[in-house]
Amino acid sequence: MNVASQTNGIELKIEGLYRKINNQVILDHINFEVHAGETFVIIGPSGSGKTMLLKHIIGLEKPDGGDVLLNGDSIFKPDTRDRYRLAMVFQSSALLNSLTVGQNVGLYLTEHNICSPAEIKKIVSEKLEIMGLKGLEDKYPSELSGGMKKRVAIARALVSDPQLILYDEPTSELDPIMAVNIAREIQKLKHRIKATSLIVTHDRDLAYGIADRIGIMKNGRMIAIGSKKEIMESNNPEVVEFLNIDFQQLKIAQ
Amino acid sequence: MFQNIGEMLVLLWRTIKLLPESWSKRDKVVDQLYEIGNASLLMTGILSLFIGGVLGLQTGPVLVERGLSNFIGGIVGIAICKELSPVMMAILIAGRVGSAMTAEIGSMKVYQEIDALITMNINPIRYLVLPRLLAISIALPALVIFSILVGWLGAASVCFFNNQIGLSFDGFFHSLKNVVEFKDIINGLFKSFVFAIVVGVVSCHQGLVTIGGPRGIGRSVTKSVVNSIVLILSLDYALTRILMFLD
Repeated sequence: MNVASQTNGIELKIEGLYRKINNQVILDHINFEVHAGETFVIIGPSGSGKTMLLKHIIGLEKPDGGDVLLNGDSIFKPDTRDRYRLAMVFQSSALLNSLTVGQNVGLYLTEHNICSPAEIKKIVSEKLEIMGLKGLEDKYPSELSGGMKKRVAIARALVSDPQLILYDEPTSELDPIMAVNIAREIQKLKHRIKATSLIVTHDRDLAYGIADRIGIMKNGRMIAIGSKKEIMESNNPEVVEFLNIDFQQLKIAQ
Repeated sequence: MFQNIGEMLVLLWRTIKLLPESWSKRDKVVDQLYEIGNASLLMTGILSLFIGGVLGLQTGPVLVERGLSNFIGGIVGIAICKELSPVMMAILIAGRVGSAMTAEIGSMKVYQEIDALITMNINPIRYLVLPRLLAISIALPALVIFSILVGWLGAASVCFFNNQIGLSFDGFFHSLKNVVEFKDIINGLFKSFVFAIVVGVVSCHQGLVTIGGPRGIGRSVTKSVVNSIVLILSLDYALTRILMFLD
């Protein structure tokens, strides 16, 4: 089945991405590709450079070397951001605290004058309903739980009808039930909006649950890329170590 | 320091380039105007009343002693409108409004709200800086007009009620009218407009370069107030010289 033919998504290609900060290599010549419409999950321990990689992909950071290509266009060229619809769900949700939930979700449409206030209200209501948050338009982010904030952040990302959506640790700081709910929402969205999705997480279960392909990062390097099966069967000792570490081992040690 | 000044000039230039889009930001400008007015009007009134009063109290008896009571209104009036009101109000606004702007933008930076704007392809300068700079450029001169009037009233009241001076309101304002010209008020308003831009740009810039969590926000707020005051006082001298030359 050809995924690209049914998708709104765009192809993402990372070519030799390199970044050094204070003499420390944060991203060490990273190369990988995410096909249009694919859900690619990057897992790796904390501090492996996953979030920094996302910030480069969305254009928030500039690399010392290498490039990020969206359908062949460099994200670092001035007009590329105007040509493609990109969205990112931040680890902290990054909702604007001075705005209500409705204003946060509709911000993209309001600021780009895409439609009338009445249409914006309707779209916001639809997106909130998709995320199970209908009726919360007038609440402020400070009145929401962590899980609700995450869902509002996803609703805000959906408003632009993104072709590429990046998720930074979407299930961090959530209880297991809420984490599964968020994962379920991401999976549903994959079928609904058919965008390319790139998710970084240190949650192996999330990766196994929703990924088409998985990449593993360690110390700024991409140490393995493959399907779930390939990754789980990998003989690479670094991959094996990361995938098999378990709290149960604490009991064994005792 | 020079890097900061360079960055602030770049920020000012980028904001000026966005001025044609100001109309679309009118709601935010009005919100900011309300915030600034709400935060400052009462303080402006109190401060100006006492500045005028002290000036009347300090100069009045000296001039009366030398038989120059006819000049009290003029001297006090011109000092208030050309110098004290623009400078004191700019310092007040730097402390009350500029610090709040830095804290708000700084916390947005630290908590990735500005990154979120950029990912939505929303220009943070258009969204955050433009309305604030426009609002402060309108609000500060307006507050200075209010401050000048209240300051004159404070000085006139002290001159009237103080036994050593005993100058009537009529006498005070007659003297003021003889000395203070319309261009003196414009002179003060021009200064306040320049100071408003300084406070706005310094405060927004410090907010945008904030790093390092709550402590970083605190550091940025302090820097913003101190830098604004230093720039206001040094620019005041330069502006006074330029305006005297043009006069």
